[in-house]
Amino acid sequence: MGMTITEKILAAHAGRDTVTPGELVTCKVDIALGNDITAPIAIREFQKAGARAVFDKGRVVLVPDHFAPNKDIASAQQTKIMREFARAQGITHYYEVGKMGVEHALLPEEGLALPGDVIIGADSHTCTYGALGAFSTGIGSTDLASTMITGTIWFKVPETMKFVFKGKKRNKWISGKDLILYTIGKIGVSGSLYRAMEFTGPMIDEATMDDRFALANMAVEAGAKNGIMRADQTTLDFINAQAVQPFHQWNARESDKDAKYHSVHEYNGDDIELQPAFPHLPENARPIGEAKGVKLDQVVIGSCTNGRYADLEVVAGILKGNKVADGLRMIIIPATQRIYKKAMDAGLFDVFIDAGAAVSTPTCGPCLGGHMGILAEGEKCLATTNRNFVGRMGHPKSEVYLASPAVAAASAVTGEITDPADVAGK
Amino acid sequence: MSLRGVCHKFGDHIDTDVIIPARYLNTSDPAELARHCMEDADPGFAARVKKGDLMVAGANFGCGSSREHAPIAIKAAGVAVVVAEYFARIFYRNAFNMGLPILECPEAVKDAASGDTLSVDLSTGVIVNETKGRTYQAAPVPPFMQELLDAGGLMAYTMKTVGAGR
Repeated sequence: MGMTITEKILAAHAGRDTVTPGELVTCKVDIALGNDITAPIAIREFQKAGARAVFDKGRVVLVPDHFAPNKDIASAQQTKIMREFARAQGITHYYEVGKMGVEHALLPEEGLALPGDVIIGADSHTCTYGALGAFSTGIGSTDLASTMITGTIWFKVPETMKFVFKGKKRNKWISGKDLILYTIGKIGVSGSLYRAMEFTGPMIDEATMDDRFALANMAVEAGAKNGIMRADQTTLDFINAQAVQPFHQWNARESDKDAKYHSVHEYNGDDIELQPAFPHLPENARPIGEAKGVKLDQVVIGSCTNGRYADLEVVAGILKGNKVADGLRMIIIPATQRIYKKAMDAGLFDVFIDAGAAVSTPTCGPCLGGHMGILAEGEKCLATTNRNFVGRMGHPKSEVYLASPAVAAASAVTGEITDPADVAGK
Repeated sequence: MSLRGVCHKFGDHIDTDVIIPARYLNTSDPAELARHCMEDADPGFAARVKKGDLMVAGANFGCGSSREHAPIAIKAAGVAVVVAEYFARIFYRNAFNMGLPILECPEAVKDAASGDTLSVDLSTGVIVNETKGRTYQAAPVPPFMQELLDAGGLMAYTMKTVGAGR
């Protein structure tokens, strides 16, 4: 019996020839990640257990990105715990403010996420690296503490759901964000619970790396353990461009032809429109035609889902020669320092600032209601982020609409949810 | 172990932002987190819940972020056990890892209402709704998860394993 990519990676890291769904396996971990919110608890557990050293100081990655630059005294205390631990342990990949970025945009840039890797992170959007053909999944702080000691973690091998995106994009504005919101709209926020989501088909083959990251990033919003796609030439070109560490060739880059799937879901590009998701669940995706006209107070561009360079380029293309609507705040947060500098050098900041948008240093910030754009009671925000739960970006009576960078930019210009074709043409 | 307490009922897809809003994640102090538990769904919950009470919720409880602050807040608020139709993946792992008892039992969830008195036997998974006079059997705890619980949580299990390997 053939195996899926997910099964192959788990087998290889468990020292096994094969694994089957439902089995419990203990896997070696290539990268273990924590941030300023989750790492302090892991560090407390690590120290409470009497552990002295992490299993490999080159494989534990710590990024202060959620509430950093520190938003208040309590946050400063949290990042201090992480900073001091990183120093004491000699952690190689600790990224201080000024070098850090939103973790799931930063790690691929730093060459720390590679095809065939097992990556765990105390952050639910760790599933992002599946875009590179890695098995990556979010876990909690205690799991991170345990892995920091042993370099291993247990998993129940998940069943895989296969998603085939056939045909072509309906128009140039359709992005990876629209594909994943469409998918979550179809299967619901627990539609892939405990399972792997494997994304395949011509639309994936043609997708850019940044679109693939946005897609894999939101697998957890369907309840999935991981989202994954095969590593192809686009993947290898990306990795070779970033490579800061030698890349061991991983041969099992795709699922076997006779791999067994829990289910196969075929979607057609003709049916997938721009898909804003309404409050308060990501599954509330609607075609743009049914979403137009919702008046907005704020637009946020950023996050581990859509704060990458290609996202900023799309936004600048739409904003150029336009102004942010009166009465609306637009906040743009490049996800990493490298993206920030590239955007600045390319003149995108001129476009943003001339249009009347604010540009922020990298941070998760408003995505989880931390800082840099919190909503008041009754306010509505359209964001390129990943969650629109009650109170996610601020007041429990505020609302978050999720959408692609193109929809977000067009909506910032008009002040209401807008099809980018209506602002910038087809 | 048998537990008995008052039921606090919640709906489907209770996410971790509702269990403990991110604006309070600048601390990991259990008592401080407990003060804001369920705040955006039921602002009076933290003040009302008594030690030993039970939370009963629908589908996909604990979906969303990986924050372990969520089960920490629930446990520190005094909740003895959470019974749900089913749990989101990371929350499920976290609860076992840090020692918050959880059980899956759709039938018990369907019948229960806030204010009902429930008793739960963690070793057998038997749930009794004393107010409604009905008895239910929760899904058994998988053997490996039971092993984690018996060891006293993941860290105790890990240190035992690491110790044995030396």
